[in-house]
Amino acid sequence: MNIALSASDFEWILPEITVTVFGLLILLADAFRRKKTPSIAGGVLTLIGSALAFFFAMHLWGVRTDLFSGLYLIDGFGTFFKCVVLLILFMVAVISIRYTRREEIVAGEYYTLLLFAVLGMMVMVSSTSFVTIFIGLEVMSLSIYILCGLLKGQAAALESSFKYFLLGSFATAFLLYGIALVFASSGAVDIRMVRAVASSRNLGADPLFLTGMALLIVGFGFKTASVPFHMWTPDVYEGAPTPVTVFMATGVKAAAFAAFLRVFYTAFYPFIGSWSSVVWLIAVLTMCVGNITALAQNNIKRLLAYSSIAHAGYILVAFVTGDKILSSSILYYLLAYTFMNLGAFTVVILLGRKGEAHEDIDSYAGLAGRHPFVSLCMTIFLLSLTGIPPLAGFTGKFYIFSDAIKGQYYWLAVIGVLNSAVAAYYYLRVLMYMYFKEPVKELGAVDMSPAYVVVMLVSVGALFYLGMFPRDVVMLAERSVALFQ
Amino acid sequence: MNQLCFPILSTLIYLPLLGAVLLLFVNRKHELFIKVFTLVFTLVEFGASLPLFFRFNERTADMQFVEKAAWFPEWGVSYFLGIDGISLLLVLLTTFLTVLCVLVSWKAIETRVKEYYITFLFLETAMIGTLCALDLILFYIFWELMLIPMYLLIGIWGGPRRIYAAIKFFLFTMVGSVLMLLAIFALYFHYARTTGINTFNVLDLYNATVPVGLQYWLFAAFALSFAIKVPMFPVHTWLPDAHTEAPTAGSVILAGVLLKMGTYGFLRFAIPLFPKAAIDAIPLISILAIIGIIYGAVVSMMQPDLKRLIAFSSVSHLGYVMLGMFAFNMQGLQGSIYQMLNHGISTGGLFLLVGMVYERRHTRMIADFGGLSASMPLFAVFFMIVTLSSIALPGTNGFVGEFLILLGAFRSVKLYGILGTVGVVLGAVYMLWMFQRVMFGEITKEENRKVKDLGGREVLILCCVVFFIVLMGVYPRMFFKKMDASVEGFLKFVKERNAYYQTMERVPTADAGRYGLSGSDAAAYPAHLTRRSIEVE
Repeated sequence: MNIALSASDFEWILPEITVTVFGLLILLADAFRRKKTPSIAGGVLTLIGSALAFFFAMHLWGVRTDLFSGLYLIDGFGTFFKCVVLLILFMVAVISIRYTRREEIVAGEYYTLLLFAVLGMMVMVSSTSFVTIFIGLEVMSLSIYILCGLLKGQAAALESSFKYFLLGSFATAFLLYGIALVFASSGAVDIRMVRAVASSRNLGADPLFLTGMALLIVGFGFKTASVPFHMWTPDVYEGAPTPVTVFMATGVKAAAFAAFLRVFYTAFYPFIGSWSSVVWLIAVLTMCVGNITALAQNNIKRLLAYSSIAHAGYILVAFVTGDKILSSSILYYLLAYTFMNLGAFTVVILLGRKGEAHEDIDSYAGLAGRHPFVSLCMTIFLLSLTGIPPLAGFTGKFYIFSDAIKGQYYWLAVIGVLNSAVAAYYYLRVLMYMYFKEPVKELGAVDMSPAYVVVMLVSVGALFYLGMFPRDVVMLAERSVALFQ
Repeated sequence: MNQLCFPILSTLIYLPLLGAVLLLFVNRKHELFIKVFTLVFTLVEFGASLPLFFRFNERTADMQFVEKAAWFPEWGVSYFLGIDGISLLLVLLTTFLTVLCVLVSWKAIETRVKEYYITFLFLETAMIGTLCALDLILFYIFWELMLIPMYLLIGIWGGPRRIYAAIKFFLFTMVGSVLMLLAIFALYFHYARTTGINTFNVLDLYNATVPVGLQYWLFAAFALSFAIKVPMFPVHTWLPDAHTEAPTAGSVILAGVLLKMGTYGFLRFAIPLFPKAAIDAIPLISILAIIGIIYGAVVSMMQPDLKRLIAFSSVSHLGYVMLGMFAFNMQGLQGSIYQMLNHGISTGGLFLLVGMVYERRHTRMIADFGGLSASMPLFAVFFMIVTLSSIALPGTNGFVGEFLILLGAFRSVKLYGILGTVGVVLGAVYMLWMFQRVMFGEITKEENRKVKDLGGREVLILCCVVFFIVLMGVYPRMFFKKMDASVEGFLKFVKERNAYYQTMERVPTADAGRYGLSGSDAAAYPAHLTRRSIEVE
């Protein structure tokens, strides 16, 4: 294959370049730092970098162009996700400024890795070739493997990192094998080419091709934490530093879903009949297992981990319904979901102590009496996760399930909404601890650092805004999807 | 049509919310100020709702005081408010009961006073919003919003088993309402497919032609959601727990307003949207209502706890409301709506009385009382009046409602009327027996001798209740004339639509096949169900 690097192409990947440059800058600055104490320099650079990249990404709206001989595509869909992951990066960096100080994470590479992970995500969501997608995925994954284990002294962090790495390697292998099989049967790595070749040669019945597709579902299923490829999620989420958990629950998931969506709705769209029933089953399993297991959790991070599995299930519902109506509900839901999780995890961080203490549900007993503001925010996040109007969580579910009905997936919708009723139980359980129970242990003063408060307020505001005036974002999402395909 | 050049309904909805937000900024130490502030807000709210009653046009069945604005035009979601003769009285009942609830909580609530009143004001916003919303999504939003404050009221200020009761309440209602949401979508997309218009406007959707097979499903989803709220047998089990554990004011609002949301939902949504299914469901709903009436009464008889007794009596009373509604004639329906108001006032009154005696004795067990009339004569008088209203003595409001319901039921299907009457007898049995055990006889417990009689605030509250019991009992015309036109319009509409569906069914449409219902299935339905003609006045 002949790849031409045209200089003019680079102007379209300014966000990626910015993120890379700032990642390297932080690494460089860190090398010249004498005192090994936590500093905010890295955090500030990350904030600047993500804001700058966001600014560049905003200029990409409405642009649709092929770059680097069709390896890379700038379109509304990719731009939407770029903006989302940059937003997540910004918020996570804000939280991290305070968090790294508390947990005494000295390493400058913390921020560098965050930036590189975002780079990987941006590559993933914009690639049209299996090879670039894979590179993006690996850049992201490798950064996350390390980030999970950054709390060096802790066994849980180590376990988290190691488990994620081992299982992640398997998933990557599956993905790669899938790509290989698809390549073997169709002779193409460009997803649009695969589609053209596969439909012209009618590969729908080719076992090699079908196996490749199945393996790709496994690979993406792992990254999106879908059942039955979800086993790692609770342990990794629990053990990882909480800002990294937020990052994984929102950013990684959004990027993985974006790539999943792009690959399956481009390359394998003609064979939707053969994979949508599989995804249907995965969606149902993901919702049910996530929600039912969450009922029994006593650690708040684990609870949120299972809840994020369940939410992946709702998103998969939208994924399935895409065969009849290509819907922008996934985009909207991912955005809403991002803010709910950002907020909820920020509260977890805020109430936590060094060494990740106070993460069990008992710590939340009687919280409303002592910290009314924090509990009010947490209430809003949990109610949004439950799907109570007029918050964004409701509008997101509204959107997804209305599309399921529109696509006449009645049973899927019924299972989905019943699941959200089950989910109400465990979210309410946290609320119940906060409001109805007497405190069981002394939490001490809460660190109301502006870093946390800002993130909480922004999330609350976003949830109300997205929930009550969804029109702008929905229109934006619809335009993004219209360009895609 | 809005006869006031002023968005009165929005004002009514957001005024309490404004109060709640302002209260957030008040220091929690100023408890008296918080109480007075809330009282003033609820009084203003009640005052502001009175123009609705006096400026209401009695001659039209149309929506009045309408407000409409686009919200998400592409999806057809609008901000659409309005009331007719059916919701008018319920709105007034809500604003009235809220004032009483604030008064009754004056001393009963000692912990987290600020949060309590904020929650209460928030609840009022949600309730009035639910009653005024004419856009399905707006309705659903307010409907769900009602859950949160009620959950908190039960869970924070409730009795010993409050957590269990609160969560049970929430989950029961949630399961019903999410299924209703799906039904809303299905209706919406059906309408969009057949007419090309995206709208959640319920008045437009009334005219949707829904294939009968789909109609049964959608009606089932709506009816389940509302039946849980009513609550109808067999999904009533959350009610006794919620009532028993809730604080007095919570019980009053729960009985007075929240349960009416279920019956109101049937009238506003489930029946007119799916008239054919509703009329075909008459036997099922009527029988469940009658089971509710008799079962509620029998179980009430055996309750040792006063609040639980009243809670089960609610199941019985709401059974009458449903029975009257599904008689589908003028008497039954008017009686049904009237009974909704009565139940709000009488059962609300009973809960208030139990709350007052509980504040004094800290027990609600019937066995702990006896001979109270000697030490609390004033209390005994009020209790007597409210009890008699609850068992529908002529001259009280309860009589008018129950009489009309039974008349309506009798005209519709004689058997239902006869069975319903059995419930009236049982109702007298459990209420009077309870009254006798609490009030008369020897004073067996020393504590009951020293109990203080009612104070001024309590007498004031109860006077309001008794005033309405008598007024609604002797001059029902004042209220009926407000709802006459709306009820007539409702019946005419349902009858016409049903007739339309019956003619349509004779020619099975192509639509039926699309919803997984084969043509033969769809055609099989009318064979045995449409034979019975529905008598409509």
